[in-house]
Amino acid sequence: MAAKRKTPVKTRNPDLIRGVGKYSRSKMYHKRGLWAIKAKNGGAFPRHDPKPKAPAAAEKPPKFYPAEDVKKPLLNKRKPKPTKLRASITPGTVLILLAGRFMGKRVVFLKQLTSGLLLVTGPFKINGVPLRRVNQSYVIATSTKVDISGVNVDKFDDKYFAKEVEKRKKKTEGEFFEAEKEDKKKLPEDKKEDQKAVDASLIKSIEGVPELKAYLAARFSLKSGMKPHELVF
Amino acid sequence: MPFKRYVEIGRVALVNYGKDYGKLVVIVDVVDQNRALVDAPDMVRGQMNFKRLTLTDITIDIPRVPKKKTLIEAMEKADVKNKWESSSWGRKLVVQKRRASLNDFDRFKLMLAKIKRSGVIKQELTKLKKENASSI
Repeated sequence: MAAKRKTPVKTRNPDLIRGVGKYSRSKMYHKRGLWAIKAKNGGAFPRHDPKPKAPAAAEKPPKFYPAEDVKKPLLNKRKPKPTKLRASITPGTVLILLAGRFMGKRVVFLKQLTSGLLLVTGPFKINGVPLRRVNQSYVIATSTKVDISGVNVDKFDDKYFAKEVEKRKKKTEGEFFEAEKEDKKKLPEDKKEDQKAVDASLIKSIEGVPELKAYLAARFSLKSGMKPHELVF
Repeated sequence: MPFKRYVEIGRVALVNYGKDYGKLVVIVDVVDQNRALVDAPDMVRGQMNFKRLTLTDITIDIPRVPKKKTLIEAMEKADVKNKWESSSWGRKLVVQKRRASLNDFDRFKLMLAKIKRSGVIKQELTKLKKENASSI
């Protein structure tokens, strides 16, 4: 097959009506410059012989034939779309987490990662929520915004949060009977440093607003008489 | 208990249902047992069922079905807007609207303010109680 073009060819023969072009076959031959290509190649159109293919490796007959013909599933070329961020969530918005260990905590939104998850931080000193990823569906966006201009979040992406892969050691017979020693996983120092760096300027801008620090430290809960569908967040 | 607020031409009423919810309108004519012709400076004159209206204490002096200009003049003369906004009903509506529009942060600040205020009140109360107890 000839090499594919990056842009589709724009036809030089405009339609008068559907099915009838403006130019005749001879005119189109001239317009496409086929005469010039032939002249350049000594009177004949250039032919590219197919390159000699390397001999294909001899295919072994399969070891196993299924009893009845197995149907191949249809090819799926679906690409999931990037997650759409709700209009009410902008960098610096205070979010209320609705599920998980930090249920009810009010946290500051930093940015949306490529996986679609939201990068969020407590700040850690205020309410104990570290730099964390959170799904948009488990979050209520409030209309309170924090000034986030002093924070650099470029270095955080989904790979930063990947779990560390542990190598499984092969056990000898004696060791099988020993209780598996589990040492508590310590948080690496550089992650603590990252947290402090992000939180430093955030805490300064939070302390600038009266009572915002206490607001972020408190948890949200529904009290008697509060109707979620009537509350303005 | 006799009725105090009557349906009459010039009675100002509050709409409590429908598209014009919360608006103050003036009854300019009565259509039949259930409906009135109703008008306000910013709406087209139209009929409304009495069930959609709640009568207020305010009345204005107008002829039956006045022109819009006369209606507006009469409302200015009777000072309907100020009377409504200074009445306790009108003030309550403003407070309700403000409370409904409070944001989560506002509700938090409100809670802190309430606690602070009650703290001050309780302090005064205990002080007065002690004075009273000591004097007995």
